[in-house]
Amino acid sequence: MAATLFDKIWDAHHIVDTSLIAIDRVFLHERTGAAALKSMADAGRPVIDPRRVFAVIDHIVDTRPGRSDATLMPGGQAFITETRAACAAVGITLFDVNDRDQGIVHVISPELGIVLPGLTLVAPDSHTCTQGAFGALAWGIGSSEAEHAMVTGTLRMQRPRTMRVTFNGTLRAGVTAKDMILHLIAKHGAGGGSGYAVEFAGDAVTALDMEARMTLCNMATEFSAMTGIIAPDAVALAYIKGRRYAPDPLPDWSDLKSEDGAVFDCEIRIDAAAIQPMVSWGTSPEQSIGIGDVVPQGPQRAHEYIGLAAGQPIAGVPINAAFIGSCTNARLSDLRRAAAILKGHHVASNVKALVVPGSSAVKRAAEAEGLDRIFIDAGFEWRMSGCSLCFYAGGEGFASGSRVISSTNRNFEGRQGPGIRTHIASPEVVAASAIAGCITAP
Amino acid sequence: MTPFITLTSIVAPLLRNNIDTDTIIPSREMTSTGRTGFADGLFAPWRYIEGRTPDPDFVLNQMPDAQILAGGTNFGCGSSREHAVWALAEWGIRCIIAESFAPIFYNNCVRNGLLPIALGRPVWREILGQSVTINLVEQHVQVGDHYRLFHIDDEAKMMLVEGLDAIDLTLKHAPAIAAFHVRDRAARPWVYL
Repeated sequence: MAATLFDKIWDAHHIVDTSLIAIDRVFLHERTGAAALKSMADAGRPVIDPRRVFAVIDHIVDTRPGRSDATLMPGGQAFITETRAACAAVGITLFDVNDRDQGIVHVISPELGIVLPGLTLVAPDSHTCTQGAFGALAWGIGSSEAEHAMVTGTLRMQRPRTMRVTFNGTLRAGVTAKDMILHLIAKHGAGGGSGYAVEFAGDAVTALDMEARMTLCNMATEFSAMTGIIAPDAVALAYIKGRRYAPDPLPDWSDLKSEDGAVFDCEIRIDAAAIQPMVSWGTSPEQSIGIGDVVPQGPQRAHEYIGLAAGQPIAGVPINAAFIGSCTNARLSDLRRAAAILKGHHVASNVKALVVPGSSAVKRAAEAEGLDRIFIDAGFEWRMSGCSLCFYAGGEGFASGSRVISSTNRNFEGRQGPGIRTHIASPEVVAASAIAGCITAP
Repeated sequence: MTPFITLTSIVAPLLRNNIDTDTIIPSREMTSTGRTGFADGLFAPWRYIEGRTPDPDFVLNQMPDAQILAGGTNFGCGSSREHAVWALAEWGIRCIIAESFAPIFYNNCVRNGLLPIALGRPVWREILGQSVTINLVEQHVQVGDHYRLFHIDDEAKMMLVEGLDAIDLTLKHAPAIAAFHVRDRAARPWVYL
């Protein structure tokens, strides 16, 4: 039977039973990796192959210039120092606080060529699915499973069902990969992908550059899918070639695609030309609408938390803060598109605005082309790389009661701080809204 | 891990969809680098009014002895933080009955001896606030004289019933894993750094 891309990678990693799958790469960060490393050390269990395990400090690291191990999050420093010591003890490569390769795990893994087509890659981080953009099977796990993967080189898995989401047509101007994934989740629900490995396909997907493909796959977890994956093509190979951990020459990966006639357990087709710039109105990513739409009737609790009534246009809702960052939308192309909107403008007087590059390499590249000046001149703070205010860890936060337009992935109650109201959108919408002082189309 | 065979408890209803792990244990409550010390932060945004004053309207403050929690669809969505399961277990929750689960959270439950049961809304409605007995071996929930069957895959059931450690179980396959690596290294040398 004609195989799907997922089937090919799964079957190539199948060891015994129906459930033992070989894991090629593990990536840790200080927030959930520290617990896995500690528990492994306590049990006296060695890492089966430390050269295929990597770690980074990204989640609670300070993003203010001149940073050290000290964190604004109370007690955060222990996560950093324990991760560092544990990595050194077992020989895991760590991209440390002020390493030039430091950055958000799912941004630096592709930058360094750690994720590659056909690999299985896991991390104790739900957004690991980001890396499926390269045709790898990459998914998020818990700390116990990370320990399992490091010790045994495998995971015990139930084979997921397969879904293909095909986006055909041409995106309208100002519409991005972020809008594609929010459109999918809004239409099919935050649990719509549960039990599935999702392949993204169609001419609107192959037209995306690698950074946009990562944005699309990044939020497969907000769809509750095991992962998102895109067949690697010439665009992917051109990105990978010459990266530090990528093989030279590149192997033949041309078979890594779903065969014609491959059958998926579920198929969804979306007209890319019909997608609007999206913005969330509520407290789940499924509560997202086109920026020209009105707030629909949703769960009462969501309306109460977010402070918006059904029937109200989402455009024009005043904001107090704007955040550009995260593994979803803080790569160089994201910063370029936001800067193009901000150039020559200034954020509204009541808006606190922050931009946190996805990696130290992104930061350097942005500075080399003067993007930092554009952001700073527009009234944004220009930070060092990290996960920053994608979530509130008890240290730095937005002012009490803030309504934030954010290029991140989660608009949950309290995600960015107690009582903080989050609207997720593309970097373009964030930039345009920051200037206007209210939610605005780019 | 404590084996899970049967459990009798009242069911605490938390009737919301998409209950996320940020709500179950907010990042700001994750102050320990280990696997313990999280019960105090469990559901902190909903459980406390100001500071640490318990909210009398929150279900776990009303039913602190409940060992079964019932939720809606897509329970445990969001962050992969296993701290959510550690916090629930440390508080005393041993089973979650929901309409559906987010996949990472589901696996985290099984790895920690906490039983996740997916039940459709009609069945789920009749157990809320009731005392029920769960028999994992028989795969049923007993409510009064009624028995409601539930599905769980064989592997998860075995891990829970026998209280097995997944790593110990997998290490029994060490020869097969080593043989895979020999074959795979020949086929895909570029994987091995």
